[in-house]
Amino acid sequence: MTAALTPGTSGRRPDPFAGHASPMGHGNMVRKEDARFLRGRGRFVDDIRLPGMLHGAVLRSPYAHARILSIDTGGAESHPKVRAVITGADLERRGMAWIPTLSHDVAAVLATDKVRYQGQEVAFVVAEDRYAARDALSLIEVEYEPLEPVIDAHRALAPDAPVIRDEIPGRTDNHIFDWEAGDAAATEAAFAAAEHVSSCEMLYPRVHPAPLETCGIVADLDPVSGRLVVYATAQAPHAHRALYSGIIGIPENRIRIISPDIGGGFGNKVAIYPGYLCAVIATSITGAPVKWTEDRSENLMSTSFARDFHMRGEIAATRDGRIQGLRVQVLADHGAFNGTSQPSKFPAGFFHIFTGSYSVPAAHCTVRGVYTNKAPGGVAYACSFRITEASYLVERLVDVLAFDLGLDAAEVRRRNLLRPEQFPYRCATGWEYDSGDYPRAFELALEMAGYDELRREQARGRRTRAETGEGTVMGIGLSFFTEAVGAGPRKDMDIGGFGMADAAELRVHPTGSAELRLSCMSQGQGHETTFAQIVSEELGISPDDIEVIEGDTDRTPFGLGTYGSRSTPVSGAAAVMAARKVRERARLVAAAMLEVSADDLVWDKGRFHVRGDRAAGVGIGEIALAAHSGLELPEGVEGQLDATCVYNPPNLTFPFGAYLCVVDVDPGTGQVTVRRFVAVDDCGVRINPAIVEGQVHGGLADGIGMALMEVMAFDTDGNHLGASFMDYLLPTSMECPSWELGKTVTPSPHHPIGAKGIGESATVGSPAAVVNAVLDAIGVRHADMPLTPAHVWSAIQGRPLRTDLAIG
Amino acid sequence: MRVTVTVNDQDYIRDVEPRLLLVHLLRDELGLTGTHWGCDTSNCGACTVWLDRVPVKSCTVLAVMASGSSVRTVEGLERRGGELDQLQVSFALCHGLQCGFCTPGMLMTARWLLDRLPDPSDVEIREAISGQTCRCTGYENIVRSIRHAAESERAAG
Ligand code: FES
Ligand code: FES
Repeated sequence: MTAALTPGTSGRRPDPFAGHASPMGHGNMVRKEDARFLRGRGRFVDDIRLPGMLHGAVLRSPYAHARILSIDTGGAESHPKVRAVITGADLERRGMAWIPTLSHDVAAVLATDKVRYQGQEVAFVVAEDRYAARDALSLIEVEYEPLEPVIDAHRALAPDAPVIRDEIPGRTDNHIFDWEAGDAAATEAAFAAAEHVSSCEMLYPRVHPAPLETCGIVADLDPVSGRLVVYATAQAPHAHRALYSGIIGIPENRIRIISPDIGGGFGNKVAIYPGYLCAVIATSITGAPVKWTEDRSENLMSTSFARDFHMRGEIAATRDGRIQGLRVQVLADHGAFNGTSQPSKFPAGFFHIFTGSYSVPAAHCTVRGVYTNKAPGGVAYACSFRITEASYLVERLVDVLAFDLGLDAAEVRRRNLLRPEQFPYRCATGWEYDSGDYPRAFELALEMAGYDELRREQARGRRTRAETGEGTVMGIGLSFFTEAVGAGPRKDMDIGGFGMADAAELRVHPTGSAELRLSCMSQGQGHETTFAQIVSEELGISPDDIEVIEGDTDRTPFGLGTYGSRSTPVSGAAAVMAARKVRERARLVAAAMLEVSADDLVWDKGRFHVRGDRAAGVGIGEIALAAHSGLELPEGVEGQLDATCVYNPPNLTFPFGAYLCVVDVDPGTGQVTVRRFVAVDDCGVRINPAIVEGQVHGGLADGIGMALMEVMAFDTDGNHLGASFMDYLLPTSMECPSWELGKTVTPSPHHPIGAKGIGESATVGSPAAVVNAVLDAIGVRHADMPLTPAHVWSAIQGRPLRTDLAIG
Repeated sequence: MRVTVTVNDQDYIRDVEPRLLLVHLLRDELGLTGTHWGCDTSNCGACTVWLDRVPVKSCTVLAVMASGSSVRTVEGLERRGGELDQLQVSFALCHGLQCGFCTPGMLMTARWLLDRLPDPSDVEIREAISGQTCRCTGYENIVRSIRHAAESERAAG
């Protein structure tokens, strides 16, 4: 019935999977991290208990927009278990009430003058246990003067709209930025000359990544050494250390950030949140470690949301559906502070890749960012810095074009997809796509799905329904996406002033086992396995003998962390290059050992042998031992084989894919059932195929969630209507079909092993396929996400509702 | 209030506030942090444990309600001597977990399912875990893992 636990008895794995030998190098293997998670021995932030640890809780604003008249903390302070109460006024005295964001703005840590969104942080209580800290929140009295909130982004720039950021001297409106990309004149000319123009207004609503583990921290300042240790849900530990240092004035060498196991991130755990800073301040006030774990509604109401792009797209084409130009105007709702975590030169992220996968001669976009009385954020939820919005826009527009011209959506895509000979392809807005064979992936998806037969089935179903008036209607939705992941290069891309590069340090121990220290940070992607396999492939050391270390600034090199599908493109490349340096050093040592010239050695799966004499050789383990021994080492080898690489990517990698979704819709209720989902992904060379597929599965579920269920809507008072899992609906096992995956492999020409990122592909590509399928089923030109039964039903009635606002 | 509870075959006596949730008793008082917490509204199932052999959401049970009962958590899924349950093995072999946060709850529900229904259909598996959220796997490999465990257990007799 059960598998035997045989520590260290067969093979090298000290776990029950010893019998399942790991491959040398790339391929499927049991993940190295699984043994602890399966036994409940993961170590997440909230699992950490330090001696004398106190607990924090945050008092939040019930109003979306209100002036704070007074805060009385006396009641809370007299609670017997309360050790400290911190307000904005306390922080103001320390110069920490406001902190810089990553997008050239400032954000309040604890509100001083006004609250600007519902759920904003107002005070922080530190008590002896979780429950007492919560109790004390209700003893704080805050007097508010409610102000008119700005909830609808379209109203933010009205002349009479209240000014949200009136603390900024001279500010008289809610405008943040205007940004554009592409060639306006050329695009104008393309539209003027076009045989046909289709346009469509569409909303990519505000959604939330909602990792299953919420955000949290344990902050521990040692009053004697002055050293601060922070355990936190941090996707970018090194960036966090630098930011904490800048904000609180402790030098980096006295700050240690530890990201233990992270229970999903998806971009939610990139930013530094007020609760973290309050815990850090609280440990310095109380002299005790302070834990703060947010609850689910805090997570949904106040931490980084995603999207909220109101888009008006236009597509110019010939009458037979060949695209001549694309144009889009975006109104971007950034909430009360401009706090997106993205490369600082790109206020709309990478949205300007909106020409997608098509040959588009001319394109232009403008993006206008505005403040509203909602939480800050904007880039989160596996979006690759807003490529999700771009991909949705173009894939929806192509379907609208097909709808208007009466053409088949697959045929329109076929006529416009980039051809293999166009690569490397420079698109109209300046991106250089590294590699791709789009028609191959597209045709594979159609073939896997049986597209023609599905269309025939649809036609039959429509006839039957026309005759009987009964039954569900079936829809087929397509999308073809192109991603751009693995930022930098550092000259073009920085976060908070730090160039987007990542580092790897590889140590090879005397007996040939190794450890790889990385600046990225897994949140479930399986880095301990994938990165061990990367090094294994290069050096011929078993992945079981390679320890991957990340998430601890004391033990890893500086780098920008994991988000935007960066790990394999950037850190993966760093690991390869470090391993290759080790190999070259090993060659010199092997030459000394074998007393031959280094040029006469041939590398073969973990071993150097003399050219023409396979028997005369030494393995990497022997070489490692020699490199640590008394052997006279050749010039160029100081001793040992260890190597480091800081990898500055020459370009992003451009994974892509073709998705097809089949839905059945009940026109009487608007209920959508996803019957099938076919996903063909190309992420270049796959290191661990099972992990890649797992990433795709998760992203496809996200796509179903966003297309059909997930939205953070607000009422006109600014009340958050998606503040719990009762209201913010996530897909369960019942809404997800069994995914049908396919793949093509087009290596990246500039990545050392030809790999591209995969973490966000499916989240980027899938929502459009689901929406296109639902609209295809009901024969409606456009309706906004999420296509809940109510919205589908309204769309069928010809009266689509706004999905982001509850009016009245 | 005094709670006397058996967790993973070990007896514990604790004096707790009447409002203490079972999930917090397990995690904060007994140090059994394998059981996770993920929502305020009994939706996510990260906290699923067995109470007298039936899966419950431990965020929705007061610790005092468990008094006199026996609780099993993921830490108690291994057999004596540290043998892993077949489900734990199958989840690893089928890549049924990514971040691992939902995994303990999934395992407890799946074990309960297979104890009652050794040969569940995919629909039955999906229904069994439908009260539990996973944000990483899209459920596919969780379903596959549970099916793999069922097949392995049947093959082993
Ligand atoms: S924590 Fe118990 S159901 Fe979410
Ligand atoms: S594996 Fe991350 S929530 Fe399920």
